[in-house]
Amino acid sequence: MSNLLIAALSADAGLPLGITEGGSWLLRNVWLIPLLPALSFVGILTFGKRMPRGGSELGIAAVGIAFVLALLTGVAWMDHRDNSHDQEVHVAVVQFDDHGVGHGDGSEEGHGGGHPSLAVQRTAVWFQAGGMEFTVGTLVDGLAVMMLVVVTLVSLLVHVYSTEYVHGDRRYTHYFAFLSLFSASMLLLVVSENTLQLLCAWELVGVCSFVLIGHWWEEKPNSDAALKAFLTNRVGDMGLLVGVTVLFFAAGSTLPGRFGSFSIAETNALASSGMLSHTALVVASCGLMAAVMSKSGQFFLHTWLPDAMAGPTPVSALIHAATMVVAGVFMIARMYGVFFEGFQIGGSSINLMAFIGGLTTIVGACMAFVQRDIKKVLAYSTISQLGYMVMALGVGAWTAAVFHLFTHAFFKACLFLGAGSVAHAVHSFDMKSDMGGLRKHMPHTYRTFMIGTVALAGLPPLAGFWSKDEILVGTGGWGLLGGTGGNGAYTLMLGMGMLTAALTAAYMTRCVYLTFFGEFRGHGEPHESGPRIIVPLWILAGLAIVVGFLNLPTGFQLAPGSLQERFGHYVEPVAGYFPAITHATPSWSLAIVSTLVVILGIAASGYYYFVKVEAASKAAGTSLTELPDGPTSRYPLAAMGYKLLDNKYYLDHLYSGVIANGTKGPLARLAYRINQQVIDRTVDVVGETAVKAGTVVYDKIDQLVVDGAVNASGRASSGMGEELRRVNSGKVQSYAAILFAAATVLAGLLIVIV
Amino acid sequence: MENLLNGWGTTLATFSPLVGVAIMMLIPGEREHQHKMVALVTSLWVAFLGVLLLIWFDMGQTAQLQFVVDKPWIDVISSRYLVGIDGMSLPLILLTMLIVPLCIVYSWDHFPDPVNPKAFLILILILETGMIGTFVAQDLVLFFVFFEVVLLPMFFMIAVWGGEDRRYASLKFFLYTLFGSALMLVSFLALFFLTGADTFSFAGLSDAVAAGGVSHTAQLWIFGGMFLGFAIKVPMFPFHTWLPDAHTQAPTVGSVILAAVLLKLGTYGFVRIAIPILPEAAVAWAPWIGLLAVIGIIYGALGCLAQTDMKRLIAFSSVAHMGFVMLGIATLTDFGINAAIMGMVAHGLITGMLFFVAGSVKERFHTLEINRLGGLLVQAPRMGWIFGFCVMASLGLPGLAGFWGEFPAILSAYQPANGVPVEIFRVYMVVAALGTVLAAGYLLWLLQRVAFGNPTEEFAEAPNITDTTKHEWIAWAPLLALIVAIGIYPNLVFRVTDGAVDASLNECLRVDVQVLTADEVAALGCSDVYGLGGGSDAPVEHAVGN
Repeated sequence: MSNLLIAALSADAGLPLGITEGGSWLLRNVWLIPLLPALSFVGILTFGKRMPRGGSELGIAAVGIAFVLALLTGVAWMDHRDNSHDQEVHVAVVQFDDHGVGHGDGSEEGHGGGHPSLAVQRTAVWFQAGGMEFTVGTLVDGLAVMMLVVVTLVSLLVHVYSTEYVHGDRRYTHYFAFLSLFSASMLLLVVSENTLQLLCAWELVGVCSFVLIGHWWEEKPNSDAALKAFLTNRVGDMGLLVGVTVLFFAAGSTLPGRFGSFSIAETNALASSGMLSHTALVVASCGLMAAVMSKSGQFFLHTWLPDAMAGPTPVSALIHAATMVVAGVFMIARMYGVFFEGFQIGGSSINLMAFIGGLTTIVGACMAFVQRDIKKVLAYSTISQLGYMVMALGVGAWTAAVFHLFTHAFFKACLFLGAGSVAHAVHSFDMKSDMGGLRKHMPHTYRTFMIGTVALAGLPPLAGFWSKDEILVGTGGWGLLGGTGGNGAYTLMLGMGMLTAALTAAYMTRCVYLTFFGEFRGHGEPHESGPRIIVPLWILAGLAIVVGFLNLPTGFQLAPGSLQERFGHYVEPVAGYFPAITHATPSWSLAIVSTLVVILGIAASGYYYFVKVEAASKAAGTSLTELPDGPTSRYPLAAMGYKLLDNKYYLDHLYSGVIANGTKGPLARLAYRINQQVIDRTVDVVGETAVKAGTVVYDKIDQLVVDGAVNASGRASSGMGEELRRVNSGKVQSYAAILFAAATVLAGLLIVIV
Repeated sequence: MENLLNGWGTTLATFSPLVGVAIMMLIPGEREHQHKMVALVTSLWVAFLGVLLLIWFDMGQTAQLQFVVDKPWIDVISSRYLVGIDGMSLPLILLTMLIVPLCIVYSWDHFPDPVNPKAFLILILILETGMIGTFVAQDLVLFFVFFEVVLLPMFFMIAVWGGEDRRYASLKFFLYTLFGSALMLVSFLALFFLTGADTFSFAGLSDAVAAGGVSHTAQLWIFGGMFLGFAIKVPMFPFHTWLPDAHTQAPTVGSVILAAVLLKLGTYGFVRIAIPILPEAAVAWAPWIGLLAVIGIIYGALGCLAQTDMKRLIAFSSVAHMGFVMLGIATLTDFGINAAIMGMVAHGLITGMLFFVAGSVKERFHTLEINRLGGLLVQAPRMGWIFGFCVMASLGLPGLAGFWGEFPAILSAYQPANGVPVEIFRVYMVVAALGTVLAAGYLLWLLQRVAFGNPTEEFAEAPNITDTTKHEWIAWAPLLALIVAIGIYPNLVFRVTDGAVDASLNECLRVDVQVLTADEVAALGCSDVYGLGGGSDAPVEHAVGN
């Protein structure tokens, strides 16, 4: 960066950030929402055991109030979005003298007319260092508000559900305390005003995940899973540390008088206006992407997520499906200005993010086929769906990705809690040996699970259909009858998305068959769960049906225009801190084709299970879970594929076998051996040599030469043993005296020489 | 209220422990309770003075020395009794004043063998004087005296109350640090004679060096001597080998004081003496200090992974943590040194706590072999949770104090001071970030093996394994509370240190060249070392004479 000039800019010149410091009371005080569960965490830890319901009532109350506040904040935001005329904040920047400062005037065209959406930012001083003040605060826009509502709602339902599910658990109170802490951390994350705060919240949700995965830490596999989750996330967090650091200084280089900036709005606005060096943005994007890969379970850092199912099921629903794991997706959405420039998402060539997302979505879906454990099917499904979101962000379909995050939270939570309800009844997660035929025993669980399945598979008109379709449209790869015009034609991503749609439909069909159809293969008499489990299930199932209507596509002839793109209008920013993305036009033909693909997936899998396995079961007289002569026994290639999937692509072998054990085994031992044999040995040798030298001096010179002149005989034999004993008896002061004398001499030498 | 402590508060706080010692000398050894009370009251009195000092400390002028006393001391060599407190030393002084009473409370009912509370407590109080004195001294000779006063009590503490291998460990600790001190003294004397300054005061020497008169080569050598002295104390790789032995053999309280305060004497020496007085040499040395720091981070972590003894593992983790501190210092930026001081405080609180817990585990299980432990959370749930909390704090979890020493240090390495090679430090930054992964690895692995699972058969029925006792709670609660408080609101420390750190750094190290015009840069008259010179793009980065 040569040619720099400092613009002496007044407050209202400079780069517009798309934020305001005005806004209504609710929007300015969203810090209350994370504070409530944080207080309940402290409260439950302190008083929980003495409360009649073990502290769960405190947690439910706190999250309940937070949910109401989040809804009110949502209403306030909608009003703010449409009617606000607050003053926009500008930041003084160091300007290039030749290029203009990008667009970034906060009024580029976007959804529903050009009224910009000014995010509401409020900050307070957190600490000062290096002569600069660092802030903590809230940044409220549509994305944050949407996340607030989702997190508090799912968290509230999970709290209620948990009162029955973990009833009588030995650490009931701790469980609710950490649910509260998790909610607080996640809520803090979504309202973060700067990347440092985001990083803090990011790690805090990680530690809650660690504690809750390892909730039953008496058994080693559980604590192993917890450790694996934490360590894998730490690997990704390395990228986060580096990325945040690079962005901090990159932003600082354009801001006069400050050496850095953590502010999300500033960083994004600077990136979007082309003022940050491209190299810095690429490095930062790659670093942040590593963090996304670990947190949001993207291939090849996804391996912790299935293991995380060792935790209690409501935790899996809340943390490992609906909220925490989408933190990575949220972070991309939040830092989109950086990623958009860093990965050149608008540039139509395939970028790292789109590729990793696309790969993950297929890899995860394939894995879901070979699981026996119902939660692991859902875990791999989560990985696959998160891949969908990341892929969507990678092709520039921001609103589609965020909308999918939104719908996925409801139907995946519904599925997980349904799986928990099933497991509660049959005391196992194994679909093959302990389930089957449960539709007769558990009608409510069955119906809600089916709704969740259809929503996940993406059949119209349930929620998953709308969001999935938007992503497929957003790839811009569909050229037939409209459906193009996004940020470029990502035909490969369209193909990956289509393939996953078929796979998803197929593995969910398998899962539903194994769980609810056929005959019951377990022991005892399963019965339906109680109301505290059923009611949350129905609420989530209801939402899984309707939330898709929140973002009907533009030009959708069956609905009035005022109902189209409502979600996009309120959530997608039109502001300086957000890049100028273009939107693809939806297409009926794509919707029809993708629906047909889903039906094809269901049909293929349904034919195998509902027709052939069912027939074989009848013939065998027991309830089978697969054909006795299935494809894996007939085709070697299928067998090899199965083996590859069954071994999870051998990634676990690589990570724990080679990398982790290699580090804590041979590598650590080698380092320690060097420590003891080389470095420490040197010290010992120096010490011993000094003692020997002293002995020689004492014996040979002092005693022999000086003293020997007087008394030549006899005393030389006192030797080394005596000297060593003197050392050991602690006559250290003489050594001290010698050393200081030597020091003075050395000092003299030094002065003379230099 | 008027500042009553001005003029004598620092002195009073420094030497009050010696008054306690004198009283204890007069009481016969068998009246153990009286000894404990005298020691406790003395240390609490000092802590109370600390609170007063904090109250009257002018937060608006952290860069200024406050509560200054400047009296003639050894006229022959122009050494003066010059003490004072500024923002850099205040957090460390308060840390010392906090740790000492907690240690006395902790050892209340269980002094290590051979019990003798009189001698033990006297040593702790002498240590306190030495530690506070080191942090308040503003004169090199005075600093050196206090620096050495600390050595003997700790030597005796390890040699008398230590574990099986105590003689070897204590002697190694003593001789090794003394060796470093000797070289440090060489440097101090050389500095005094070469500058020709008529003073040993830090500020005076700093001005004298800045005024010229000491050749660049001489500065490099003098810095080298100080470096050895301080680096051994920190300890930095590869001078760290005394530390695991000393920690493993020392009694619990000894380990706590060693980790919480004594290691900081070295890092404090860097930020208070070496860098402010010899900034140009610091620039030349910085890449090497940074290199040793990041090696220490990785190497310490690997060393931890290889340990089978809980206390030794925690000791090795100090090498890694102090690596982060030294990395922050090596950047020579105010941001990095702030991070370093925060790192010192955080490490003092957290590692001090970890050693407390290790001591309590040892007392109950009579072993610290990790393989024989397990299920601490089952047998002593509260202690297990405290241990888990400290582990989380130690691995740098945001919201707890450790994070604010670690992340800012990594951050600062991205953009070191003028003249320090940027590319090299960016590599260091990535390596240090890798260190956070390893830290999580060894700490969580330790937690898993010690706290999770079910108790091993050996101890499953042991009756003496009780949960946290009252004395332990009293000793630990302030530390735990501070770890959280600083973690949530790091400004508690940063606000105090920032101004003082900024003022301690040479102008040339920290000017922002992008803000200044070429003329303004030239007006600063900085040496070529800082790489600011107009047009000359050959900063003397590689001129270090190693």
